[in-house]
Amino acid sequence: MKEYRTITKIAGPLVFVEKTEPIAYGELVNIVLSDGTIKRGQVLDTSDELVVVQIFETTTGIGRDSGVRFTGETIKMPVGREMLGRILSGGGKPIDGGPEIVPEKRLDITGAAINPYARGMPADFIQTGISTIDGTNTLVRGQKLPIFSGAGLPHNNVALQIARQAKVPGSTESFAVVFAAMGITKEEANYFMADFERTGALERAVVFLNLADDPAVERIITPRLALTTAEYLAFELGMHVLVILTDMTNYCEALRQIGAAREEVPGRRGYPGYMYTDLACIYERAGMIKGLKGSVTQIPILTMPGDDITHPIPDLTGYITEGQIVISRELHRKGIYPPINVLPSLSRLMNLGIGKGHTREDHKKVSDQMYAGYAEGNDLRGLVAIVGKDALSERDRLLLEFADLFENRFVRQGYDEDRTIEDTLNLGWDLLATLPVEQLTRIDRDLINKYHPKFRAGAKKE
Amino acid sequence: MKTEKTKEAKKGVLKRIAGPVVTAVNLDAHMYDVVKVGNEALMGEVIKIQGNNTIIQVYEDTSGIRPGEPVINTGLSLSVELGPGLLTSIYDGIQRPLAVLVEKMGNFIERGVSAPGLSHTKKWTFKPLVKAGDKVEPGAILGEVQETNIVHRVMLPPNVKAGVVKTIRSGDFTVDEIICTLEDGREYPMIQRWPVRVPRPVREKKNPTIPLITGQRILDGLFPIAKGGTAAIPGPFGSGKTVTQQQLAKWSDAEIVVYIGCGERGNEMTEVLTEFPHLEDPKSGKPLMERTVLIANTSNMPVAAREASVYTGITIAEYFRDMGYDVSLMADSTSRWAEAMREISSRLEEMPGEEGYPAYLAARLSEFYERAGLVETLNGAAGSVSVIGAVSPPGGDFSEPVTQNTLRIVKVFWALDAKLSQRRHFPAINWLNSYSLYLDALHDWYDKEVSPDWNKIRSWAMEILQKEAELQEIVQLVGSDALPESEQVTIEVARMIREIFLQQNAYDAVDTFCDMKKQYDMMKAIKLFADLAYSAQLAGVSPTQINTIKAKNELPQIKFIKDYKPELAKIEKEMDAEFNTLRSAA
Repeated sequence: MKEYRTITKIAGPLVFVEKTEPIAYGELVNIVLSDGTIKRGQVLDTSDELVVVQIFETTTGIGRDSGVRFTGETIKMPVGREMLGRILSGGGKPIDGGPEIVPEKRLDITGAAINPYARGMPADFIQTGISTIDGTNTLVRGQKLPIFSGAGLPHNNVALQIARQAKVPGSTESFAVVFAAMGITKEEANYFMADFERTGALERAVVFLNLADDPAVERIITPRLALTTAEYLAFELGMHVLVILTDMTNYCEALRQIGAAREEVPGRRGYPGYMYTDLACIYERAGMIKGLKGSVTQIPILTMPGDDITHPIPDLTGYITEGQIVISRELHRKGIYPPINVLPSLSRLMNLGIGKGHTREDHKKVSDQMYAGYAEGNDLRGLVAIVGKDALSERDRLLLEFADLFENRFVRQGYDEDRTIEDTLNLGWDLLATLPVEQLTRIDRDLINKYHPKFRAGAKKE
Repeated sequence: MKTEKTKEAKKGVLKRIAGPVVTAVNLDAHMYDVVKVGNEALMGEVIKIQGNNTIIQVYEDTSGIRPGEPVINTGLSLSVELGPGLLTSIYDGIQRPLAVLVEKMGNFIERGVSAPGLSHTKKWTFKPLVKAGDKVEPGAILGEVQETNIVHRVMLPPNVKAGVVKTIRSGDFTVDEIICTLEDGREYPMIQRWPVRVPRPVREKKNPTIPLITGQRILDGLFPIAKGGTAAIPGPFGSGKTVTQQQLAKWSDAEIVVYIGCGERGNEMTEVLTEFPHLEDPKSGKPLMERTVLIANTSNMPVAAREASVYTGITIAEYFRDMGYDVSLMADSTSRWAEAMREISSRLEEMPGEEGYPAYLAARLSEFYERAGLVETLNGAAGSVSVIGAVSPPGGDFSEPVTQNTLRIVKVFWALDAKLSQRRHFPAINWLNSYSLYLDALHDWYDKEVSPDWNKIRSWAMEILQKEAELQEIVQLVGSDALPESEQVTIEVARMIREIFLQQNAYDAVDTFCDMKKQYDMMKAIKLFADLAYSAQLAGVSPTQINTIKAKNELPQIKFIKDYKPELAKIEKEMDAEFNTLRSAA
């Protein structure tokens, strides 16, 4: 392999190389330092005169005298069944002291788009045991449902609880977990690892760790390695895979850093204009394929800078993912766990996975009715602050109480409490029963007669 | 093929590759020529010419391509194939059938595979409608093919000279076989090709007068769009843009539906693909898929093809319009299209306009929406293309460039509201911010087809809703008990309009589609309640008592009943009786 010593410029994570033979776009590059260390990078721009290489690690030690080797191929990743139970670096190297991965296959990490015509429709209800997700923002296999959180909120606990409890009722297969950490602290990583070990989840997990002090640019490839692994496990080995990506905000920061180094025209708040497409190429790697057994379900976690949901990172994410679970600082302060605020939360695929044959026929309508009641009750809190409880009409007073009950009984649950979907829906009915029946305008009479505690009990007496 | 440049293919050499934009040298090319890039012959389009450099946007992933590889100019502009076989198809942004791509390259989209838009082997039964000796003008209908339950009218291309038919054949043909020969020796098959960036010509554009009935109460009832009109649905994520678009694709009374999934979610397209074949057209009873053409270019498919997908869609829509059909086109989402333009523009290092979008954003948007319209086609028929574009403003902020430039062009604005969707008020269309500029043009139609008093009832409902918004401000401060009694009644009536009329459940088998008659009856029932309530209040009945009327609580159930008339009549009768009791007690 030819080695060039024609580096003319190094700026941030970018290295500019001149006078090369024709180099392919996207090619993997090894930079050889004078002490023999090898740093890896990828071609971002190639022409007759100049090749721009983005280095995945720090550029410390790279100089005009460094050698540049073009490998002639795009970045491929060795994958295999053995990866389960292993801990790898953000760049895909084993860091658990175990042996190198023996590849069964080498796959391109950018991954091709699933042909929409070949996609299977996600419809298998995943029971997470958390009422606010199962009942009102249902997750299904093949969905990508991010957790929007803020600094200092217990999003990691929620993600872990989901990973621990997620199952498809009636199916014995458990989920394989692919966990990709991007720029999180060692402490956070330890927390995840300890929980995986405690519950035995590590055996069926593949962990990628890019920690806060690892090179930021490496974060660009970490989620791609994780998803390539997930796709292999799902579509070639037929497993159901749950992918947890945390923290996507760190990923986007790395993207911005590279954009700035390339002197690109920045989009909103300095993030590159192609961030939507770039994020889509990560998030869209979830789903099912007709005729294949496995599935990839994604739970990306991101911290909203300043708790601002309109910030470009949560905003673009929300446009790509199939809903979002929003962690609320207000509920957290009230001491409610999991502090999931259902109002801005949403699961777009919910309707495919609930109802008769999936969960229960009353699911959709109970959920809508609870949403409506909680939203209205929540609004009334503002009013009460001004006029006091006494000035409220009877209807409003009940709604206000409903909102409190909803938070304290429906939202609040234990870190290890695993509620079945029946429990969740019955709990919903118990809360709705505190409102007058004629106020339940979103539920048709038949369902009320069948499930409403008042009528259910009445029916028993007959 | 006679319509395009037929010069020889020219060859050039790649000089630079940077993502989806590549540069070639020594290539003889014209703007928007389609070229084949590299050894794998990836499809691309010329978007800039600078000295000896030709800048090309490539519709496929360019990883692995090197400088020095060849570029071949086909000399043709980006065109679509038009003819029998379009309906029920699912294409990517450059009219490659996705089903064929699965056969050719498996479950994932690989590159360098070409696939024609129409099947060139399938035979269609062609029935001529002209005979030898007939004079045919450009765009004339030569004959027809029963494509699905829709009749496909085979036309002379719109940009050729008139002529006299020498022979016309009848029987089973592929799209390439000659079906018509003219006296001057010109021969025509069923297929025609049309460059996507050029609007197909029409005889005359007209002003729309008929609404596009969608079965959605807030749209048909309050903010209607006309056949041949344009509408925008902007809204933050999670406010229900896609559900609304899909409802329109399902239930609008257009004869042909073109649905463009432009840079959106893969699973959502799958939902459409799985659902449409099982849904019935409320008019014909046939599967909705039979009248539908889908274009799916998901967000992780190449960005340049996303840019092209909108043009591919509207060209197909225009072709069916030329047959004399009413076509509705849904583009979800035009923001992704604009972002594709921005991405390509920034790779070209063009001077950016607002928020990094290219300066020609406004021009591109208006050119696109202007391709909608009610027209007299070249063959004298009336056809229309209605365009409904979803807009995804960042952070739900309507002041951003794509929303603003769109609003300057479209006539109907359906403002989605995150607050409404959070409380599960669906469709989450804000009734105060939305508008339709077609109300005057459609006034007569509603008078004649719905009821002479519909327009009045509509204004009444809008007034109540407007009034409620004002009253709510007071209620927020002092509570509802502090309002005068008549205004407490107004608040209750407005709540009924919102919860009964405006809220509609897209997932309920009955409520998902509501025809104009039912809409009228429902609104009329609410109006009846309002009239009775106001007069009772004047007669001394208190609002608290009015709120105890049982019959009004039955009213929402009407939405979910198919043959609602007997039930509605019963409710109205009870309502009247209850009010009488209250009044006699007062």
